[in-house]
Amino acid sequence: MGRTIVPIGPYHPLQEEPEFFKLTVEGETVVQIEVQVGYNHRGIEKLSEMKTFDQSTFAVERICGICSTSHPFAYTQAVEDIFPVEVPMRAKFIRVIIAETERIHSHLLWLGLAGHFLGYNTVFMWAWKLREEILDVMEILSGNRNNYAMFKPGGIRRDIKPEDIPGVLKKIDSIIPTLEMLKKAVMDDPVLHARTKNIGILKKEDAINFCAVGPTARASGVKRDVRKDSPYAAYDQFPWEMITCEAGDVFDKLVVRVLETFESIKMVKYCLNKLPDGPIDLNFKDIPPGEGIGHIEAPRGECFHYVRSDGTNRPARHKVRAPTFMNLPTYKATIIGQTISDATIILAGIDPCYCCTERMGVLDTKGNRIYSGADLLLLSQQKTENIRKQMGVK
Amino acid sequence: MSVRVQALLKSPWIFHLSTGSCNNCDIEILDCLTPRFDVERFGMLLAGSIRHADVLVVTGSASRKCIPRMKQIYEQMPKPCFVVAIGECALSRGMFIQSYNCPLPIDKIIPVDVYIPGCPPKPEAIIAGIMKLVKKTEEGLKNKQAV
Ligand code: SF4
Repeated sequence: MGRTIVPIGPYHPLQEEPEFFKLTVEGETVVQIEVQVGYNHRGIEKLSEMKTFDQSTFAVERICGICSTSHPFAYTQAVEDIFPVEVPMRAKFIRVIIAETERIHSHLLWLGLAGHFLGYNTVFMWAWKLREEILDVMEILSGNRNNYAMFKPGGIRRDIKPEDIPGVLKKIDSIIPTLEMLKKAVMDDPVLHARTKNIGILKKEDAINFCAVGPTARASGVKRDVRKDSPYAAYDQFPWEMITCEAGDVFDKLVVRVLETFESIKMVKYCLNKLPDGPIDLNFKDIPPGEGIGHIEAPRGECFHYVRSDGTNRPARHKVRAPTFMNLPTYKATIIGQTISDATIILAGIDPCYCCTERMGVLDTKGNRIYSGADLLLLSQQKTENIRKQMGVK
Repeated sequence: MSVRVQALLKSPWIFHLSTGSCNNCDIEILDCLTPRFDVERFGMLLAGSIRHADVLVVTGSASRKCIPRMKQIYEQMPKPCFVVAIGECALSRGMFIQSYNCPLPIDKIIPVDVYIPGCPPKPEAIIAGIMKLVKKTEEGLKNKQAV
């Protein structure tokens, strides 16, 4: 059967970063996938070396807008690891509150987008409406809807006022019934079952071999969560459960994320109720030479930072490894052999920092002209035709 | 020309172009579409293709790989059109001004009509910015007719 190349991206109408996928299809079935990245490269590691330790926190916050807690969290832990210091307990609790609130907003965001990709715009609107409440909570706690600027090496930048706490708890409680309803609507819907069950299965061995992290790995039955494996901040101070599923298909990834949202709500409520007193910052000034690592569980998986200090006030080297970097290659295992109509949701299934659909202007591989999706399909079919003629194959 | 501009203002369709942003600006644009802000009440809609769009919304600090694509996309847009730059990155590159991969601010690459500052700007600010663009252009058209 003839092969056709379907390009996806790099620009698409919905959101997020430009990325380019080249799917090779035989009839309806995807036989090969190629990913091109780099449209978003801004040289943050290098920039971070030009900034002081304190300023770098803001630089890493702007790596990804959805994970604007995860990166500073990992970075501050890496800096604190250079000359092991113990952060005050109150700061640890507030860090957990911010990180878990972010997880709720990130998972809701993904749920909405997944619904949108499946043609369920109602889910999209509901999930994003709920997400607004969480952003309000963020605004009360940190002063910002996104890019919270709460972290600094040695503690946090802004305390939570005791008078804010009852309001926040009430807001969080108010979203639980809607979230329950959304959970039922999503998990019991026969159409959603048909679209996501047994689609894009990532087997347990594959998840281990590809070093998948986060919900992508947990949906395949790999018990891997930095918060449990090497507890940091206050995650060892209270009980919570790691959510895992067995099948590894898109539905399980969805279930893991929805259930994790409830876990996170529990954690935030616990931390807000049991917030210890004390200082929030160590206020250290000098950072001695040395190197440190910090890793945390971001909404999408393990986020890893490495910082080397040479005794000056700037990092000598800063290295970042984001979770999508590990999850991206699992496409090789999940998408091959699936139909092209399922490709979108499988690509979205790992919750990459981008999501793609096929209904927009497309670039050809030489990168010098843009066609519409239909034009390009026609062109590539013609090309196959020409090649066939040249080779004398019928 | 003015008839076309007038028609465009009734229901400006938006195409969103991210040129190396951190997602926050993009998410805030999407947020404008969701129930709380609901820009559709102003007739604004996200267009699926640049060829259907009236307003190009640009975010991000124009990385080297994006610049040629950005120019192409601007060329393909049906004219007359408006360009709105959203976020500190798109305005002046913000903290990425020293980056080796962001050589030019966006308004040196394509003409920009409206700047909406913020990192990221709130959805209210985005809606206000675009409404200001619509109002200003309407006023301009009226003055022109009066002359
Ligand atoms: S202006 Fe700020 S929020 Fe917007 S893309 Fe740039 S860094 Fe991100």
